[in-house]
Order: sequence, then C-alpha cells, then structure tokens
Amino acid sequence: MSGSMSKKVFSVCATCSVRCPIEVDVENGAIKHIWGNPHLLGGRYLCPRGTAQKATQADTERVRHPMIRDGERGSGKWRKASWEEALDYVADKLKNIIEHHGGESIVFGDRGGPFNDLHRAFIKALGSPNYFNQHATCSNSVHNAHNAMAGQRRNTVAYDYKNCNYSILYSRNILESIGTKEAKDFIDALERGMKFTYTDVRWTYTAAKADRFFTLRPGTDYAFNLALINVIVGEKLYDAEFVNTWVLGMKELTSFIEPYTPEWAERETGIPAKQIIAVAHELSDAKPAVILHQGWMTARDGNDYYLRRSIYILYGLLGAYEAPGGLLFNKNETHCGFKPLRKFVNMPPKVEKKRFDGIGWKYKHLTADYGCGQMLPHAILNEDPYPVKAFICYRFDPLAAYPDPEAFKKGLEKLDLLVSVDINYSQIGMVSDVILPEAMHLERTDPVIVKGGPKPALWLRRQAVEPKYDSKPKWWIIKQLAERLGVGQYFPYNDIDELIAWQLQDMGFKLSDFDEKGFIELSPKQILFDRKTGLGAGFKTPSKKLEFVSSMLEENGIPSFPPYETPGSPPEGHFRLITGKIAVHTQGTTLNNKYLNEIQSENKMWMNTAEAARLGIKNDDLVEVSGEGVVQTAKAALSEYIHPEVVYTLHGYGRDVPLQTRSYKKGLRDNVYMKGLLTMTVGGNCPVAECFVRIKKA
Amino acid sequence: MSTYYIYQDQKRCIGCRACEVHCKTEKDIPIGPSFCKIIPVGPKMSGGVPRINFIFMPCFHCETPWCVAACPTRAMQKREKDGIVFVEPSLCVGCKACITACPWGAPQWNQETGKALKCDYCKDRIDQGLEPACVTGCTTAALKWVSPAESTQMRRESSAKALAEGKSVP
Repeated sequence: MSGSMSKKVFSVCATCSVRCPIEVDVENGAIKHIWGNPHLLGGRYLCPRGTAQKATQADTERVRHPMIRDGERGSGKWRKASWEEALDYVADKLKNIIEHHGGESIVFGDRGGPFNDLHRAFIKALGSPNYFNQHATCSNSVHNAHNAMAGQRRNTVAYDYKNCNYSILYSRNILESIGTKEAKDFIDALERGMKFTYTDVRWTYTAAKADRFFTLRPGTDYAFNLALINVIVGEKLYDAEFVNTWVLGMKELTSFIEPYTPEWAERETGIPAKQIIAVAHELSDAKPAVILHQGWMTARDGNDYYLRRSIYILYGLLGAYEAPGGLLFNKNETHCGFKPLRKFVNMPPKVEKKRFDGIGWKYKHLTADYGCGQMLPHAILNEDPYPVKAFICYRFDPLAAYPDPEAFKKGLEKLDLLVSVDINYSQIGMVSDVILPEAMHLERTDPVIVKGGPKPALWLRRQAVEPKYDSKPKWWIIKQLAERLGVGQYFPYNDIDELIAWQLQDMGFKLSDFDEKGFIELSPKQILFDRKTGLGAGFKTPSKKLEFVSSMLEENGIPSFPPYETPGSPPEGHFRLITGKIAVHTQGTTLNNKYLNEIQSENKMWMNTAEAARLGIKNDDLVEVSGEGVVQTAKAALSEYIHPEVVYTLHGYGRDVPLQTRSYKKGLRDNVYMKGLLTMTVGGNCPVAECFVRIKKA
Repeated sequence: MSTYYIYQDQKRCIGCRACEVHCKTEKDIPIGPSFCKIIPVGPKMSGGVPRINFIFMPCFHCETPWCVAACPTRAMQKREKDGIVFVEPSLCVGCKACITACPWGAPQWNQETGKALKCDYCKDRIDQGLEPACVTGCTTAALKWVSPAESTQMRRESSAKALAEGKSVP
C-alpha cells in the first residue's frame, strides 16, 4: 500500500466461531480489502465469509441504532432509542428483577469462544451462575467427553497436521465447513502425502479428496470406531508403552470391546469388514502421527457422547497425545514463564447459586463452561429450579441455532426482559424488548485473548475503521450496564487502552506490541511435554492419566462402557433430516451478506437418486417437505452418494427476519421440523439428527 | 505479450469460492457480474471414490483476444507491456460485442452502468508488485500467479508425480 491515507490493521475475524487472524487494508477511512494475517497464516489466505465482511460493514441492513420495542413482543414495531435511554431501560428492568428474584434469575447466552471474558464477568458480577453458549447444538458432547476422559475440554488440544500421516474424519466436512488455517493445513498435509478416511451419511467435497470414503448408516460412526478398537486391541496393535504409562481402564476396555468385531460393524454400518480391518491396520502403521478429528458440530444424536469417547480411546491406544502428527496439548502464558493475562471473570466474587440448566447439581458430569441452553425454556416456564426473568442474548440466535424455535419462543414470552445485542437483525432480535447494536469486528477493539497452542500467543481484535452507525464496542456496552447496576468496580477501565493495559499489566507487554504483526509471540518454538514423564500436565483427571474408565463418570452413576445401542431407522415413509454447512455461509448469520447471498441464497433438499425415482422426483423438482405439522418446499438435488434413509439440507435458511430483505424467507428452515429436541442427552447436546420428515413431489 | 498466467492446482482447490469473493470485494463489483467463477464438474467415480473437479474460470487474457477485435470503440484494450486485457469504461458504449465474441464468457455485463466489465488481473495491484486478489486470498493457496512457461512446468511435474504413483492424471 502507498499514500498517506492507507493503512493496514491486524485484527481477528468474528464472522464464524473459528476467528481467523486478519489483515485489513484501509483506504481513506474505508475498508479496501480483508485478508488473512500473513504473519500467522504464512500468506494472506482468507475464506470467503471473512473477506465478504467488507460488504456487511457497508450494509444498510444492519442494526444501526438501539431499538426498543413499540408494540407486542414480536410485532415488528420498534422505536429508535438513544444509547442512554436503551441502557437505562435495560438496567432499570434488571435492577427490579434482581431485587425481587435475585441475580440468578438473569441468564446470559453467547456464541462461546475466547472473546467472552467480559460476558462471563458481567453475569457473575450480577450474582448469577447462568452463562451458556451455543454449544448445545454444536460441540457440547465432544467437550464433555474429553473433559471426563482427559480432564480438559476438546479445544485444549491442537491438531498437528503438519506432521500427520493418517487422519479419519467422522462427518467432519473439513473442506466445506471451513476454517482458513485448518483447511489450508489439511490440504498441505494431503500434498505431503497424508492419507485420510472419511465417513459420512452423504458425499461432500471432503469425501471427494478422501483415500477411503464410506457412506454409512446414520449414527453408526460409533460402531465403526468400536470395530477399529476391537481390531487394534485384539491384534495388539496399540502403543503398549503409552497405554501402560498413561491409560487407565485398559482391562475394562478389553472386555467391553470383545463382541464388537468388524463383521458385527459391517452389519451395523454397511462398511465391509475387510475395509474396517484395513483402516485399523493403516492407523496402526501411521501411529502415533494420526488425527481422528474429534468433530466440530457434534450434536447429532443421543449416542454422540460415546462416539466422541471412542475417538479419544483410539487416540490413547495409538499414543497420539503430544506426539508429532497427533494431538498436541495447548500451552498457555504460564508455560512460557509469564504471569497470566488478567481476566475480568476473576474479579467478582464466586457465585454459589445452582445453575438454571442443572449442570453441577443435576448433571454433575457436564461442564458449566458451555452450559445447556436448551433447558432455558423449561427453566422459565416451570420456574425450575427458580424463576428466570431475564435473558441477555449476545451475538447469538438460539431461535435459528437450536431445534424447535416455537418451543423456545414459548419460554421467551414469559420473560420480563429479553435483550439482544448483535450487529445483525436476528430471529431472537425480532422478539426481543431491546436490541443493542454492537460495533462489528472491523469497527471495534476487543480485550486481548490468549491463543493457546503448542506455540501460545496473545491475539488482539483491533478496530480498523470507525463504526458506520450508532453502534458500540463490547467493552463499552458492558461497562455502561455494569455502572448502572452498581458493579462497575469489576470493570476497572474508562477506555479500551486502559482495559488492555490492565489485562497486560502482569505480563510486561503493552498495546503497541501488537502493532507489527497483530499478535505477541510468547514462545519462539513449540513447547512439548515429555511423553514418558510429563503428560500428567496435560491430563487433568484425578489420576493424571487418560481415563478410559472415568472416575468422574462412575461417581455420577454414568457408565464408561454402556452396551452399544443400534440407532433406529426412520419410520415408514420418512427420511432422517441431516443439516450442514458450506464454505460461503456461517449458518444464517451471513445469509444477508450481498456477496455471500449472491453465491448461495437458497438451500435445496438433497436426496438419494433411487429414493427420488421411487417417489417420481427429478433433479430441481420442487418437493414438499413435511413433518411435525410443518410443510415447506424446496428444490430437490439428487445424489447417488447419499444414504437412502437421509435427506440433507443447509442449515440456517428460511430466515423470518423481514429487515434482512435478501435472505427473508429464502429457502427452507430446518430447525422447525426438530420438535421436541430441546432435550438433554448424556453429552449435553441436543440430538438434532433425531428428526424425520416426509418428502413428496410438490 | 502475455506475461502472466493463473495456475490452478486441482488437488489443492476445495471449491470454497474465496477467489470469487476476494475478486468482488477488491473491485466492488455489483451483484450479477463475476470476473472469475469456480465451476464444479462432477462427482465422477474414480478409484472407488466419487471425485470432483472445480474448474477456475477467469479471463485468460488471450494473446489475440476476440473481445478486443470485436470492440468497435477501442474500450477493450490489451496492455502493451504485459498483455493484460482490460476495458476502459469511459470508452465503452455497452454494445456487448465483447460478450458476444468471447468463447469463455469472460466479459461481464454491469446492469447498473450499462457497460461491459471484466477481469484486469487486478492491474493496479500488479503495478504495485502484488498479485491478483483471487490468487492472494485463495484459502488453500490453490491459485498461483506464474508465467505461462512456469505453469507448463508445474503441470508436467504434478502429472509426472501422479503417473509415477499409478494415479490418474487429472
């Protein structure tokens, strides 16, 4: 770039939950282009969603000023409010609720991720334990599975694709549901010679590059894994030294796994036994440089928890923890000899109240870090365990993300206060009392985060341009509300510079240290624990080992090895509805972006060619999709490579948000068919694939 | 003379369309026209797995461009120093002769201005020593900014490797 009016700003994307490092070219105060940060990615690579945010920043169809509802909830009638008025309105309501029902009657929900320190601090400061995020329909089961077995959540380990020799992906559509670095790393690994096996109920762009691709019967990935374990244990192909040192429960696993032979799994999954054996041998040959992707969206069915456990069992058997090419424990600032980054959540006193969702008292094996937001309507409607009167929903849309929006809405209707903070108009925004517009990521600086990993770093999301509308950054909104509610002391800053100075104070860094590359490196090279003696620092279980038999589960009456239960087939005349993602959209939240909308404005209903022929359906025919009293139409897309029991569509379409004209009612809305699925499974996930629909030619 | 070529490594391309979006945002292209496009072709069974090709269709900046020959107002031009074919909007009368002439569908129609639009290899970026936005932003570095001669060498190397491994040459 040249000229005095041009600059580059390093920042962090906020479009999806990957949060890639970006470099923003700014010209005359406007965004010229958004790239990946070459200092972290090795090039200016950036996925289509990230770069398309230039159009969202310029869009008029964003929340442009605070709005207070001016009619019945959901009537679509709003009045423009000043920040002063909107914040006073919210604070007065919250004060009244706290006075009558206690702080615990306030619930805070967001999209999760590393940027929520202020959210957690704020709700804690109000005396509420009730923070939750989207993960009930995302990765609750895998986080909870790893938490029980390894004492840490899923994202406390990183994939070392650079050195990996063999990978298995279980419906992890890594080349369509993409994060920039992960997709690039994966392709680099393939070019280097990594082999991979992909299982799914349908063919995807990821399947197209696989060495082995299996279309399996829905819900039977677990049976596939059990047979892999059966072969690896039976033929003693595991890493005996690793298992003897770091695994607890090998004896129990050995006796449990006996009946689950490849021949048994062939009958369950449809994958030929000899192919399963071949995969087990390939894994063994490649060990410990293996990655069995733990999963991204893992809220498929009630069995998901045990599928994820079986993945970690395989990692243990193959000795892949802290091995080059396997799973590397994430390190943080303290592993590099620094004092911790200061966190706001440590400021307010501990809250001793029970959680609304039962975690910690009814469901002791599930982590409160993510919570189970699917229980919110139940808690509100039944005042179980106590009255819940306010919900603050931050950049998150449970009416789009969760199953059964009608049931969720019934709960919301009984609230005294529903606040939506967002950059976009959303489904939940439409039924809120107040919408507060957050400045979008390109327009705000957020608190510093620790990016854990084998080479940990500090990252900063940094303002590139002035907010286009009357929107405000997170630090300001939280501080303003906290002051009004008498808890401002937990947020000891007046502006973002002071906030960041406070965070960095014990580490010896300053804001300007981010200028050159957008991040602060905490270690010049990878930090690895000693595989013979040091993995107790990674396994945070009571035994400091990988617990195949989990002491935490046993204590809570949950079996580590329950007998396998076969998933059911769809009822006569029905198909199982499976949903997923593509590279150009982050579920519904990007559908109104003009460039992304241009590429994919509607979703289709994918189905098996032979099943379609039986129903007289041809490619691009309009089909009627019905279930649970809901009828919608979509165009059919036929594929030979989708399981005959399944129909598939993209998640997030059919948005009922009139203020987003490009995406309003475009396509078919998937979650309305998922009635009754706001439920708890053993892994804390909603079983969103337990949904069946009928298809006929429209 | 044509100096440049965009090489697409089929093995690296994931069909994510980042090239298209980087192009549109770089050039602020309105809805409708697109200077480059990924066309998925397949799936087709090969070696027991259904494979797909994502064909990258930019403008090829022909040595003898049909569009330049067809343009009656000299709006469509070929840059002397490096062979970049571009349209000068002030001279374009919207006759669409270039759109009719091009066998590749490269020239595009801008409904808002009533003029032709097309890929200019991001010549402003090229002149600053940078690469086109589609290449720079490509998620998996599947697109490479090379000379035509380099591209043939790259293609030979990848084909030779595939042959040696007993795989089909894409």
